[in-house]
Amino acid sequence: MLLEPLRYDFFVRGLIAATLVGGLCGLVGVYIVLRRMSYIGHGLSHAVFGGAVTSYVMHLNFYVGAGLWGFVSALLIHALSRRRGIGADAAIGIITTASFAVGVALISRYRRFTRNFEASLFGNILGVTDQDLAVVVAVSTGAVVLIFFLYKSLLFTTFDPEVASVYGVPSGRVEALFALLLAATIIASMQVLGVTLIAAAIVIPAIVARLLTDSFSTMLWLSTLVGSLCGLVGIYLSYFLDISSGATIVLVSAGVFAVALGVTTFRGQSGGRAARRTIAAGRTRTTAGPFD
Amino acid sequence: MTAATSGGSGAEQPLVQFEDLACGYGGRAVLDRISLRLYVGQFAGIVGPSGSGKTTLLRAILGQAEVYGGAVRFVDQLPPRGRGSARRRPGRVGYVPQLETVDWTFPVTVQQVVSMGLAAESGPWPWLGREDQRRLGALLDRLGIGDCARQHIRDLSGGQQQRAFLARALIRQPDLLLLDEPTSGADIKTRHEILHLLADLNAEGITVLLTTHDLNSVAAHLPWIICLNGRIVAQGSPDDVFTSEILGRTYGAEMVVVREGDLILVSDKLAATRSTEAATVARGA
Repeated sequence: MLLEPLRYDFFVRGLIAATLVGGLCGLVGVYIVLRRMSYIGHGLSHAVFGGAVTSYVMHLNFYVGAGLWGFVSALLIHALSRRRGIGADAAIGIITTASFAVGVALISRYRRFTRNFEASLFGNILGVTDQDLAVVVAVSTGAVVLIFFLYKSLLFTTFDPEVASVYGVPSGRVEALFALLLAATIIASMQVLGVTLIAAAIVIPAIVARLLTDSFSTMLWLSTLVGSLCGLVGIYLSYFLDISSGATIVLVSAGVFAVALGVTTFRGQSGGRAARRTIAAGRTRTTAGPFD
Repeated sequence: MTAATSGGSGAEQPLVQFEDLACGYGGRAVLDRISLRLYVGQFAGIVGPSGSGKTTLLRAILGQAEVYGGAVRFVDQLPPRGRGSARRRPGRVGYVPQLETVDWTFPVTVQQVVSMGLAAESGPWPWLGREDQRRLGALLDRLGIGDCARQHIRDLSGGQQQRAFLARALIRQPDLLLLDEPTSGADIKTRHEILHLLADLNAEGITVLLTTHDLNSVAAHLPWIICLNGRIVAQGSPDDVFTSEILGRTYGAEMVVVREGDLILVSDKLAATRSTEAATVARGA
């Protein structure tokens, strides 16, 4: 029965895309969660939506327009949040909601293309084209290469951004590259997950991995694996249950989180306790980290 | 005794020079009119009340405070350390932040924390080279935390945690070691161990500058004290600066200094009075 949907090309493309996007979000999510900036994923995905609509209106390539918009938004948030009197949470709120509002305003002005953006908002795995798939493959490969070569610098700037720059790590450049990676991840994920659900796909696998390990390197591959599996299982369930792919993937991830939390709570693992502290801290400081 | 005074260690080569520096954050000056020289081989402590600018002084050296006037400079070149070594550029700084600022839930081991010290200079690969790994192992052994290399940083004692972050600074082979309240929260034994370790490192030629609230420990261990409260109130040996008058001006409170031979004990008057009253009550009981 599991092989039955594989007869359809659109499903195979969707399956590959969902698995890769799940892994990509899981990989990038480790840094997002450890920087306690979970809200940036949510905010930036909304900001990118504004870029997507604008690029459509201006007849630009979606990926170029939205990508540039997302990257600039991430950098603006970074710059604005460093100004005294403007916290990171306010910076994210201002930039991303203003950006999202641009998209909404343009859609309301040009009502005729409203339907084109339903996929961006809610995800449409069945509509994944070869170009979408190529972008997902390229961004996933780029993410692995970037994280491989920036592993030490990214780890240091995530753990201790102030001291990292003292020790010769080019924090500004590393942060800019990470902002670029985050924007690219969100754009690559939009077609599969939709703007409204990307944040969960970024955060949940990383939190699940954190519950299960105290090692950073293990957390990286575990989060990637959890994200990929949730994408894989989610897309199958989406097909058989005939519900939105993005929602299914996120619900599967949420289920895995609930199981991991239950298991670690039951076992009383120290790693679990630490992660629950991380989750608790994340609730109170959801936007802290390098965007402080 | 208020500015640009010799370092007390006998060394005369300045390493860092503050020239009428005013600095702070967001347009507000935390430090003003700071003129100070830190000499090669000096072992100095900065004391002062909370908010007096101790950490800001360290951050000024690190280039992380906004400068509103004057300057802080490193000298152009340092003399070679050890026979046959080439002359080295200055400004190689090891920094140990306050442990209170560390995210103890972050999933890293001692080994990973220490290897961060080489993040900018150990090649593009995610792992350390063989020579760097050997150095790291030797350093951890020397600091007495070799057995903890694979442990999560949260699982160490306070003294071991301090040593782990000290190792991260030392693996860069710094000329200048800056420590922000390295004895904060440590018990008496750990405090003395840390200060003895820093004295040993200083004896090997590393210039050490630390901030602390622990007046009695620095009086016993450090040869040079800088009293700070927005400006430099005084600097000199503990004998010179640990007087009721200077400490009173530094802390804005009445301070009691008791001298017993080489021993200097400092307390604020209120605490000293309470102790005396408590002792009297205890004797009466």
